[in-house]
Amino acid sequence: MLSLTIDGKKVEAEAGWSLLDTARQYGIEIPTLCYHEAVEPFGACRLCVVELRQGNNSRLVASCVYPAEQGLEVHTASEKVNNVRRWILEMLLSECPASSEIREMAAQYGVKTTRFEISDPEQECILCGLCVRACAQVVGANAISTVGRGAQKEIGSPYLTPGDDCVACGTCVTVCPTGAMSARFERVRGVPAVVMARSVKG
Amino acid sequence: MQVTAKDTADLRLGSLEELEQLRGELRAAEDPDQTRIIVCHGTGCIANGSAGVTKALKAALAAAGEDIEVMPGIKTTGCHGFCSRGPLVIIKPKNIFYQQVKPGDAEEIVQKTIKAGETVERLLYEHPQTGEKIETTEDIPFYAGQQRVVLANIGQIDPTKIDDAFRVGAYAGAAKALTNMEPKEVIEAVINSGLRGRGGAGFPTGIKWNLAAKHEGGQKYVLCNADEGDPGAFMDRSVMEGDPHAVVEGMIIGGYAIGADTGYVYVRAEYPLAIKHLEKALVDARAYGLLGENILGSGFNFDIRINRGAGAFVCGEETALMRSVEGKVGEPVPRPPYPSDKGLFGKPSVLNNVETWANVSRILDKGADWFAGLGTEKSKGTKVFALVGKVNNVGLVEVPMGIKLREIVMEIGGGVPGSDHFKAVQTGGPSGGCLPWQDADLPVDFDSLIAAGSMMGSGGMIVMDDRDCMVDVAKYFLGFLEEESCGKCFPCRLGVPRLRETLNRFSKGQGTVEDIDDLYSLAEAIKAGSLCALGGTAPNAVLSTLRYFRDEYEAHILEHRCPAGVCKDLITYSIDPEVCTGCRACARACPQNAVTGEKKKPHTIDESLCIRCGMCFESCKFGAVQVQ
Ligand SMILES: Cc1cc2nc3c(=O)[nH]c(=O)nc-3n(C[C@H](O)[C@H](O)[C@H](O)COP(=O)(O)O)c2cc1C
Ligand code: SF4
Ligand code: SF4
Ligand code: SF4
Ligand code: FES
Ligand code: FES
Repeated sequence: MLSLTIDGKKVEAEAGWSLLDTARQYGIEIPTLCYHEAVEPFGACRLCVVELRQGNNSRLVASCVYPAEQGLEVHTASEKVNNVRRWILEMLLSECPASSEIREMAAQYGVKTTRFEISDPEQECILCGLCVRACAQVVGANAISTVGRGAQKEIGSPYLTPGDDCVACGTCVTVCPTGAMSARFERVRGVPAVVMARSVKG
Repeated sequence: MQVTAKDTADLRLGSLEELEQLRGELRAAEDPDQTRIIVCHGTGCIANGSAGVTKALKAALAAAGEDIEVMPGIKTTGCHGFCSRGPLVIIKPKNIFYQQVKPGDAEEIVQKTIKAGETVERLLYEHPQTGEKIETTEDIPFYAGQQRVVLANIGQIDPTKIDDAFRVGAYAGAAKALTNMEPKEVIEAVINSGLRGRGGAGFPTGIKWNLAAKHEGGQKYVLCNADEGDPGAFMDRSVMEGDPHAVVEGMIIGGYAIGADTGYVYVRAEYPLAIKHLEKALVDARAYGLLGENILGSGFNFDIRINRGAGAFVCGEETALMRSVEGKVGEPVPRPPYPSDKGLFGKPSVLNNVETWANVSRILDKGADWFAGLGTEKSKGTKVFALVGKVNNVGLVEVPMGIKLREIVMEIGGGVPGSDHFKAVQTGGPSGGCLPWQDADLPVDFDSLIAAGSMMGSGGMIVMDDRDCMVDVAKYFLGFLEEESCGKCFPCRLGVPRLRETLNRFSKGQGTVEDIDDLYSLAEAIKAGSLCALGGTAPNAVLSTLRYFRDEYEAHILEHRCPAGVCKDLITYSIDPEVCTGCRACARACPQNAVTGEKKKPHTIDESLCIRCGMCFESCKFGAVQVQ
């Protein structure tokens, strides 16, 4: 067993647990968006960041992918942590304004409006990649992937060309944290593949 | 002595002694005092037509024929770093330096310099301030201020001939390591040398090796990062093109030290000449038994493969690079696990930069103490920089760590055209920052640059003058990173475009001082929250320019003014009637026909037609066009 502290509380972790696993074991809340028990952690949304302090040094790590280590001093809700969460949530409000899940989570952090321009009021997809990982790791179908990079990134069938890999199992819809997948999935069910959650307008 | 005449099976060197014997024979066969013509065949000079120059020189020599006592050899080499003056021709042994040579100059070079021992004045380099003609390489300030360790052989050897590399000492370091040292001792030597990685973060190389070496046995890998994605950078390209054996040798040493039998060079596909020379080096090294099984009779097996990168900037990041070599999407993954524990194909791996590997060869050859004697206490050795921008001598320079910024720009670089100072020097590539003239005496080393809000990065150095707007510069680098962000993690994908958006508003004269506070806060979130160092360093451009040029930001926001005269929405062009001669140069240059006036009388600009392209400003010989 490894012993460490989270928010001042002494906790114990088994080797191989992440900081998120450990915190959850003790009922300590850490918000997540790209995490799901059914798939490998990805470390993308960065909402789960926590602060590690060691003397005067401090840094943020994503708790879903960072392993529990002996003697760590972990802070899950420090100012540094909340600054990252608030900015991400405010930017998500402008990126995916249609998602009620994001609005609720943002409100929890006191973020009610966004100062940034909204380019697509219908957008729900946050590009967490859960649908892609579930389709690959749970279903094994590899019917969808992320396409493109940076601000142009979207979810689609590989190379955005229709294929017949989708078995219409609906797993992607189940894991999607925002409902983005289900809105689009209804429209393409029965049609082989191409579930373009982010690029197809709802 | 023609070694290559033997068949390949015979070429394999069985021991350190055989290598040194061959080296001795090769050296003895070449007279150092013999006249030799060096033609630069680096990418820059080839683009400027050096292949034609070589051909013309050969023809001129053949034509001169019997008139010449000893026919000089022509040697084509890698980049001499002074591409802006290319094609370069250097006559050995005196090192007479000819620049911007054209095929038409060949005849005169042969007749005058080769035959009669005279110099061709008009082909010599001219000092930018004094106008004095300088005859030899050593006396040109651009070279005089340099200290060449990594670049030492480049420009001296033909990179496609392993014999040439042997003559200047290639594989002596590897032979020593494999024959006389335990892997542990090799790592100790690298630690003691104080070498830190040249690819970006400056991590101590020996310590990195140790982390991978401690996994005993099993498959391991060494990798060379030759992705070189920074715009304008060509340090690594030049090393691979001009002295590929230095990289191969470094990787053999690294492989031996950590217990890896395979190396990968991840090189961007846009570097065809580097790839060609590297491939040739691998073939030759195998032929001499320097790669393959039982290298130099040591029992150590090692070989290297080349992997072509598809050109995404983020593929230079170590975890993304390894995913890319594995054939997966080149996106960063969280660490830990660190590559030294689980790297390429899940095996312990060490990735180093091209320049780092080349330094390793030198360290094992000349000793850790020698290397530790170069540079500063915490930054040992030298660093290669690509010096570009508003500087008289644009090129590739290698300087000792700790040299002052002023010496690089004002002495080696020959100063800023039309000015006695620079406004800022941008170091560290897109992730770096801008240093102001007040910091001209800053020692250039890893830690001083970080403390000053920039970084060493891989060695980009862009000189800026008073006509460069710092808001605009920050916007440019953010734009680059926004394009190159892989988009996996949210702070970088969402945050970098928002930073740029805010700066966009500033450059239109919009925004408030509170926006600057918000910039700091968002920048902090992106730095602390991002998955990889692309996002982790992306805000540097904003933060460093805010730190040193905050008044310039405020001029945009509060006074709606761009002091450098760059941001189009904030400037007006006008003509000073006192200075204008009515020569009509500006009127001819203006694409909008916004300039009117009678010949030989002061002209005026119609602001409603002006698109602020600045053509009039550039065209006026009298300085009558003003920008405000
Ligand atoms: C976005 C990004 C791009 C990078 N590009 C390069 C590169 O082109 N060449 C390089 O050597 N290192 C690059 N690096 C640094 C590498 O991740 C790694 O630190 C380096 O290759 C290690 O070698 P070194 O220890 O010899 O410096 C990059 C890092 C990041 C975050
Ligand atoms: S429904 Fe199709 S795309 Fe979604 S998880 Fe199943 S196979 Fe994959
Ligand atoms: S569709 Fe849903 S699961 Fe897929 S990336 Fe978008 S938000 Fe995530
Ligand atoms: S910081 Fe940027 S480049 Fe790096 S993983 Fe995140 S999105 Fe990709
Ligand atoms: S839940 Fe950890 S990064 Fe998304
Ligand atoms: S290519 Fe000739 S000097 Fe660079």
